Amino acid sequence: MLPEEIKKLIGTSGSIRMYEVEKGPIRRFAEAVDDPNPLYQDEKYVGKSRYGSIIAPPGFFGWPIKQARGSALAIDIPPELVSALEQAGYPKSAVLDGGMEWEFYLPVRAGDTLSATTTIRNLRSRTTDTGSVIFSFLETTYHNQTGALVATQQAMYIHQSGTPLQKEPTDA
Amino acid sequence: MPEQLYWEDIEMGAEITPLVKIATTQMLVKWAGASGDFNPVHYDSAYAATTGTGQIIIHGALKRQWLIQLMTDWMGEQGTLKKFSCQYGAMDYPRHMKTMTEPLSGETWHCKGKVTKKYIEDNQHFVDCKIWLENGKGEMTTSGKATVILPARN
Repeated sequence: MLPEEIKKLIGTSGSIRMYEVEKGPIRRFAEAVDDPNPLYQDEKYVGKSRYGSIIAPPGFFGWPIKQARGSALAIDIPPELVSALEQAGYPKSAVLDGGMEWEFYLPVRAGDTLSATTTIRNLRSRTTDTGSVIFSFLETTYHNQTGALVATQQAMYIHQSGTPLQKEPTDA
Repeated sequence: MPEQLYWEDIEMGAEITPLVKIATTQMLVKWAGASGDFNPVHYDSAYAATTGTGQIIIHGALKRQWLIQLMTDWMGEQGTLKKFSCQYGAMDYPRHMKTMTEPLSGETWHCKGKVTKKYIEDNQHFVDCKIWLENGKGEMTTSGKATVILPARN
């Protein structure tokens, strides 16, 4: 059963979040993936390509302009949902990334400022052997500074009660 | 960069050029800084031991980004990644470091994919693929789908 104070959040949207897309962070992101694609870092090369200027790898939407101090996760779960879940016994530390789906409309470019809005599409609960879990289904849209739609994102998170990160069965 | 891929050259069931990856604890620290995910379960062994995973695990988002690179490498500069999705089936554990720059020997991951559909819609040439990540034992730990738009020869 979904607690009423959590259930009532279905259909609501978090406040708009702003992201700056800068050359350095794009380069660092590509480097962390170990992706040497010149479109992400070589201005001379990209200048002659169909993009004309540095783009970000698909899936990089820049760095949040405002982030809560001491926050360990730069993720898209609306803070209203995070605190309602915490109060109901689903701690932040026990959130698992359940998967992601993106549709891309325009490249993200160095110099862009993106605005993101996340809507809670659905919440479902399930009881398991080890406690209960709540699945959140979140839809995020990203627009650039011209107001054009850049990407839509469907994310699913798994919020576990009690002990964080249940052990996966391994045959090691 | 490899030669540009064209829509006409793709056959149903064709294999996507595999991408080989090795994850190390050092790379996970880099990823934490680059992505903003500072959950210590991805770099602090002592903390990870207190959680259900028992040891350091690779960020799901990093595995996702490997699969993105699988597609962007394959489709080439004239290709456009239109849709992408992935889900996580099992945890993956990075190699620890032997020296400041070299990892210990251990697991190597392979990003793979196959063409499942090709079609033309609104004058654009689409290819749908299923994609996945295999761990060192050949087990699929992450899987998903991708749709790309490729240039056509005519």
